[in-house]
Amino acid sequence: MFANPFKLKKQGVLGMNRRNIHYIGAQNNRKYYPLVDNKLKTKVLAQKADIAVPKLLATIEYQSQLRKLKDILRDLDKFVIKPAQGSGGKGILVIVQREDDQFIKPNGQRLDLKDIHHDISNILSGLYSLGGKPDIAMIEKLVEFDPIFERYSYEGVPDIRIIIYKGYPAMAMLRCSTKESDGKANLHQGAVGVGIDMSSGKALFAVQHDTPIIEHPDTGHNFTQLQIPHWEKMLSLAASCYDVTHLGYLGVDIVLDKNLGPLILELNARPGLAIQIANKMGALKRFDMIDIQSENLEIRERVVFSIEHFGVK
Amino acid sequence: MSSRLQVLLIASMFAFIGFFLVWYKVGVLGIPFLPHEKRSVYKVGAEITFEGQKKAALISMALPQPQEGIQILSEDVSSSGFGYAEAQTKNGKRAEWSKRKVEGPQILYYSLEVLMEPGEHNPKPPMEYSEQESESLSDLPNTLRNTAKNLLDDVRSRSADTHSFVAQLIQDFSAKEPSQAVKILLSQSKETKIEILYRLLRYRKISVRKIHGLYLENERRNIALTPMLEAYDGKKWQLYDLNKGKVTRDKNFFIWKQGGDSLIEVTGASKSNISFSLNERQVPVQYLLDKKEVLKKDAILDFSLFSLPISEQNAYKHILLVPFGALVVVLLRVLVGLRTSGTFMPILIALAFMETTLFAGLIMFIVIVGIGLIIRSYLSSLNLLLVSRISAVMIVVILIMSFMSILSFKLGIKEVLTVTFFPMIILAWTIERMSILWEEEGAKEVLIQGGGSLIVAVIAYFVMSNAFISHITFNFPELLLVVLAVIIMLGRYSGYRLSELIRFKSMVTA
Repeated sequence: MFANPFKLKKQGVLGMNRRNIHYIGAQNNRKYYPLVDNKLKTKVLAQKADIAVPKLLATIEYQSQLRKLKDILRDLDKFVIKPAQGSGGKGILVIVQREDDQFIKPNGQRLDLKDIHHDISNILSGLYSLGGKPDIAMIEKLVEFDPIFERYSYEGVPDIRIIIYKGYPAMAMLRCSTKESDGKANLHQGAVGVGIDMSSGKALFAVQHDTPIIEHPDTGHNFTQLQIPHWEKMLSLAASCYDVTHLGYLGVDIVLDKNLGPLILELNARPGLAIQIANKMGALKRFDMIDIQSENLEIRERVVFSIEHFGVK
Repeated sequence: MSSRLQVLLIASMFAFIGFFLVWYKVGVLGIPFLPHEKRSVYKVGAEITFEGQKKAALISMALPQPQEGIQILSEDVSSSGFGYAEAQTKNGKRAEWSKRKVEGPQILYYSLEVLMEPGEHNPKPPMEYSEQESESLSDLPNTLRNTAKNLLDDVRSRSADTHSFVAQLIQDFSAKEPSQAVKILLSQSKETKIEILYRLLRYRKISVRKIHGLYLENERRNIALTPMLEAYDGKKWQLYDLNKGKVTRDKNFFIWKQGGDSLIEVTGASKSNISFSLNERQVPVQYLLDKKEVLKKDAILDFSLFSLPISEQNAYKHILLVPFGALVVVLLRVLVGLRTSGTFMPILIALAFMETTLFAGLIMFIVIVGIGLIIRSYLSSLNLLLVSRISAVMIVVILIMSFMSILSFKLGIKEVLTVTFFPMIILAWTIERMSILWEEEGAKEVLIQGGGSLIVAVIAYFVMSNAFISHITFNFPELLLVVLAVIIMLGRYSGYRLSELIRFKSMVTA
């Protein structure tokens, strides 16, 4: 029933306590947290640094602005509403289609303006933010995701999570939504995590609920043939986030837009540990290797290092 | 200095101070570490009997002095019809009974409760030494006086110094086959052995005094005080048992009377006699602590929670348990990896359980949260602002609680009345959070986190309601420093959690 902790240690598996003390606590300075916890700030920061992000269509900051919600949404039929300070994908509303006053979610559920009004009102009152602080609702352009992933995702957008340690890409996985995860790409809600080879961008293994699987539970497609396009560009994009956030232990979520290529969806100062299971690889060995590298390398040099040293296949 | 080293240093310092204070209180002050630890309390009773002679009677008895190693807890006098007073004389306190007209056999009782203090004491008799009258044995007939002188000369030749002289003399008197001289002295002087020895020693100009006391042992009835002699050689006092010779004072030797005054003096009555009885009983030390008998003596205790009024003491009995609840939360979250809804919500629930009893508390909690969730799911469709919604949930919680109380009172289920001990605001937040969890992550996550919270609350309840834990937290609040040290150490624990051993299992087996 239990794994031998010494074997785990030998494998270099990072545990929650060690992550909190030695990685989040030691590498991430608290004063930079708002840059990633507040997605609006992240977006502004990324746009300033020429880092590709989904386009921001509107922001709603006060309840009074909700009266104009109809105007704001007039010309939009595909969009995402998210709380600027939400965590774990909470409070994100995805609208893929519009029929007059009916807004359609990826699962086909129809919402009218009143429902959206309610959801935004919840966001503003701080329901999804840490500590219940009043929040801002962001309305973003819906990413038109690359059909290459269509077979591997049930509704929702699959995203690529890359762990950036001290600016070096250390580990990556593709997160595919399932029926169970309600179109969301959160692993603990039942999304599938697919470990990605750092050198080639090819799929390694897939896990759902921390147990290995071979094919997508809903679409039935085998993950082994999966190859992520623009792999090196994606790594560079992710690594560049370190230079603007100064967070040593950073999770970067990237989506692949059909037209725009890789886009940074959000950043996470407390990335989870499931990525290790998807890669069947402990993160500590890679972190230790990065620890002895020079700290003042260019983004390109860091990406090359990761591609050279962290490849499996 | 690295933060790791600092943590280690601070934690070990706290732990050391905590354990040191506990050791001091247990080892030196005698506060029991176990809740039901008992101490022997001896009841020493003196019974005076005499025959009244139809006239005024005055009975006076020597009373024991405070002494090291044995504490006098209380005294009790029972003497129907007699006036009682205590008098202070130069040789100590005396009890005095008096009555105008006494007729027929009478009994007077006097009793003391004494406690042997733990720890090593070196009981010393007081060093005061009063100049004693010289003894000339002049009341003895010449022949007897000569016998005594010869005996003393004989003993002197067999001894080296004052103490060996006294020892030899006592040995002569206590021998199974005493010498002729001793036999003559004992039979012809009409005095007790101790009196003869006392006079002989004084005749030799040896400073000596009489001590009467009792060995605190199990049940004894109708015993007399054990007489002892104490001799001074100019440097130190030495105690002599009339049968055993040189002895050191035993820890359980309770001195009743010291010095030359007689034990009882009776005027106006005849056939007076005094006898003693001993009675041992086991008393929980807590009782002694409550009586503050043990406390008066030490500054550390005078500055403790015992010095507070009883109601505040009771409040602290609860408050001091919270750190142990926190310790349970830390252990279960850091080492086991249980997920709870709200970090310290389980402690507050556990505190409520302590008032409601566990089973009733669990049922009430589940009923309130269950009904709350149903109502909250309706409120969510009303599209209310957060603060109003939580306030509404809180009011609903209060309504549920009062309804439960009224209903159960009518039905005669008293346990439910304690529902008021549940913290309403915490319940409202729990309902709010679980309801969001339900909407976003499904019923499974609600069960995991709700169940986790209840498991933590139940374990915290068992820890906090444990008699041993509540005893040591209240009597040894410095143990909080040890708890603090453990929590600080756990704050730097970077190993795996138990739940991670399951979670990452596929990584080592595949």
